[in-house]
Amino acid sequence: MATPKDAIKEKSMIIQKEMLTKQFQELSKAKELGKKVVYTFVPGNLIELILAFDMLPVYPEINALQSGMRKKSGGFIKDAEKMGHSEDVCTYVKCDIGMMLNGNIGPTGDKIPEPDLLLLSYTGCFTFLKWFENLNRLYPNAEIAMLHTPYQEAGKMTKEQVDYMVKQLKEEVIPKMEKVSGNKYDPEKLKKLLRNSVQSEDYWVKILQTAKNKPSPIDAYFAGVYYMGPINTSFRGTEECVQYYKELYDEVTERAQQKLLPVTPEGIIPEEKFRLVVEGPPNWTNFREFWKIFYDMGAVIVASTYTKVGGLFDMGYRQNPEQPLESIAEYCMGCYTNMNLPQRVDLIEKYIKEYKADGFLINSIKSCNSFSAGQLMIMREIEQRTGVPVGFIESDLVDPRYFSYANIKNRLESYFQMLEQRKIILQQETV
Amino acid sequence: MNKYYLGVDLGSTTSKAVIINEQDEIIGRGITNTRANYSVAADIARDEATYNARFFVLKKNLESEIKAKPEYRKYISDLESVFQYEQFRVKLDKLGDELLKTCNTFFKDDNQRNEILTHLRNIRKAFKPKIKHDYLYNDLGSKNQFFRDIVSEKYNEEVNKLDMALFEPLMTVWDKSISPAENERIKFDFKELIHKAIEELHLKYKNLSENTDANANLDAELIMLKKDFQQVSESLMKHIDEIADLEFNIENMTGTGYGRALLPFPQDCIRSEILCHAFGAHAVFPNTRTVLDIGGQDTKAIQVDKHGLVTSFQMNDRCAAGCGRYLGYIADEMSISLNELGPMAMEAKKDVTICSTCTVFAGAELRELTNLGEKREDILGGLHKAIIMRAMSLIARSGGVFNEFTFTGGVARNPAVIKYLTELVKENYGDNITINIHTDSIFMGALGGAMFARRNIKADLPSAKKGSVVA
Repeated sequence: MATPKDAIKEKSMIIQKEMLTKQFQELSKAKELGKKVVYTFVPGNLIELILAFDMLPVYPEINALQSGMRKKSGGFIKDAEKMGHSEDVCTYVKCDIGMMLNGNIGPTGDKIPEPDLLLLSYTGCFTFLKWFENLNRLYPNAEIAMLHTPYQEAGKMTKEQVDYMVKQLKEEVIPKMEKVSGNKYDPEKLKKLLRNSVQSEDYWVKILQTAKNKPSPIDAYFAGVYYMGPINTSFRGTEECVQYYKELYDEVTERAQQKLLPVTPEGIIPEEKFRLVVEGPPNWTNFREFWKIFYDMGAVIVASTYTKVGGLFDMGYRQNPEQPLESIAEYCMGCYTNMNLPQRVDLIEKYIKEYKADGFLINSIKSCNSFSAGQLMIMREIEQRTGVPVGFIESDLVDPRYFSYANIKNRLESYFQMLEQRKIILQQETV
Repeated sequence: MNKYYLGVDLGSTTSKAVIINEQDEIIGRGITNTRANYSVAADIARDEATYNARFFVLKKNLESEIKAKPEYRKYISDLESVFQYEQFRVKLDKLGDELLKTCNTFFKDDNQRNEILTHLRNIRKAFKPKIKHDYLYNDLGSKNQFFRDIVSEKYNEEVNKLDMALFEPLMTVWDKSISPAENERIKFDFKELIHKAIEELHLKYKNLSENTDANANLDAELIMLKKDFQQVSESLMKHIDEIADLEFNIENMTGTGYGRALLPFPQDCIRSEILCHAFGAHAVFPNTRTVLDIGGQDTKAIQVDKHGLVTSFQMNDRCAAGCGRYLGYIADEMSISLNELGPMAMEAKKDVTICSTCTVFAGAELRELTNLGEKREDILGGLHKAIIMRAMSLIARSGGVFNEFTFTGGVARNPAVIKYLTELVKENYGDNITINIHTDSIFMGALGGAMFARRNIKADLPSAKKGSVVA
């Protein structure tokens, strides 16, 4: 295969890269700076609280996906398997453990410090629990804090659930954070961070909604996973995060005004032939190849559920600085994978209608039960409710052995041809 | 001038070509083993389809005469068999030369080489007349269209008669010769070949009239032909020459199947096999809403709408157990031919459960069950059921079966597969489901392709509207 040409990047991507570089450099100097390090997870994360205690976050999931994109996950996974982790274990976990076994070197080449606190902030994914049990064995000196997040079984959050979460925050999480950081809990500091969060969220929602334009100026999945980085992980609550989203919003709005199409690593997509809604995380090991199949077919993702793992801000949720802990509790329980299946179907249906999508595609992930369970039901239900053609492909997060390019391309080609034929027939019918 | 459309379905095991007319009617079919060289396989299938189409046109032109005179119909169908043999004969000679050539270069030891050469010459002498006889008198051409299968069966038969020590060198020569012989496309002059076939056919009839012993089981038409073939031939000759000179104007074509990307077709003439199978099946059975296709290496459960357009599909992922190749592997393991598998499984008195979802493990399980004393046909019954169980799971994933169900693909020729499929579809989706299996089921993908080729001229899809003339 020919070496791919250098990827085309947006300005905001360059800013984000600078933010990340700074973050990893800070992490590598955490000891010297006297800062404590918290390992935690993306869904329903407590970033404002972490930052309120002046601690530095590390997201093992993000490290794993970065390793996948840097083509290092294959080796890391093998090392974890040598330790005894089975072939069926979540590949994020194995990749992360493999990376730690290999010196815990982050994407910038700097070493990621050991955790002072293992903060299990989301229990909707059972694997997270087991993951941190393993990390606890690797880092026996780290403190552990666990927040048990009730699932939205009944399709809504109850007051009792919120109270239960707040109680845990007050009695378990905050005291552990005070102990580890040596700082007292400062509600005013937290409120200030939450006010910034709200500003970033407002921009983020407006950015996502530019995809309602025809043509869409953004790809809400492949580019969306870059856009969502700061708000869903380490930066929400910071001023630089607000700046980043303001910059991105200006950039995207300008593109929308000029009717420009999404920027992809191969260049600006020449034509918006299909508008799709996608469910499920992307594959990271062959991310660019995967994206290119869509680029080649003129398929633009106008909405995705994966970009909502860090919260459903587009459905109206905002932090409330006046009731910080309650609103954090609601944030934790409101992330996409904590919704029940009927809620997920409703959300996807809404996206398909509001974003005027031509099709719905599921990328089902072998190692992620939180996402993949129920997807066939979701697919059937969406097909019945909306009548748009549905597609189903399978791959994995970061295990390169589970990305079969020929198979995926074959299915996607069939799917796109299916959409194309349908368009022609429907056009002929309406003439 | 009549316009024709070509669909080529380049599958992982077989390559199919279908030619249709402007009424979507199949007028020509061609099928061959898919070889390492995909474009040769496509060409061979296409050549066959055009020959077949000429015979179709001949029969169509003589429709009323054939009705009135059954000996005309018989003469034409006999001629088609002999015509197939004539092509086969040329390929057989190529293979013979290839076998001798391989032997000459492969064996360094003079004595061994000469010994093998002698055997090869004898084998060749022995199987040639047998094959000819099967073509001319037993309608071999319509039973099995694959050169490799036919020759390898006869070759093995002869090798097995010889000393065990010769088995390995003779099979080595075979393995090294069959692919190059198969991978060569031989261009035939239809007119020349059909006249050769006529001569050969007349010899057959003459032979029949002279050899009275062999006439006991002849049907009425053959008895008439035995007397009047010269006369029949004279009246048909003008029509035969006419179809031999006919120009087939292929207005547009579509390539599909596993190897579609390798076809020498323009990009916009390539269609996914999922769409083509569905479109073809829907054309034949317009009420079909669910299509199951079991091919060489994949199983597809497809849902279609009233236009024959795919609304969703599911395919086997990562593992090809339960597809055609699985059956091929099992046939090898049991040392029987693929065509015998289904009929043998039909003899099953009980279903032996086969647990393995992996082809290779199923082979091991088969040996284990044989050791445990299970009967061959019962094990085969279990294996066939296992295939359908996997297909049922894909069907369920794709949304289930609605009112009418069509089964396509090469595996649809296997009676045991059909038996278990019918059983399980009815068991799971009720007795009211109509199950369609067409004799052309293996050609559905190519048919769908040809139909797309015909329609796409009006749609804005293909830039290629260039007609091409097929010789």
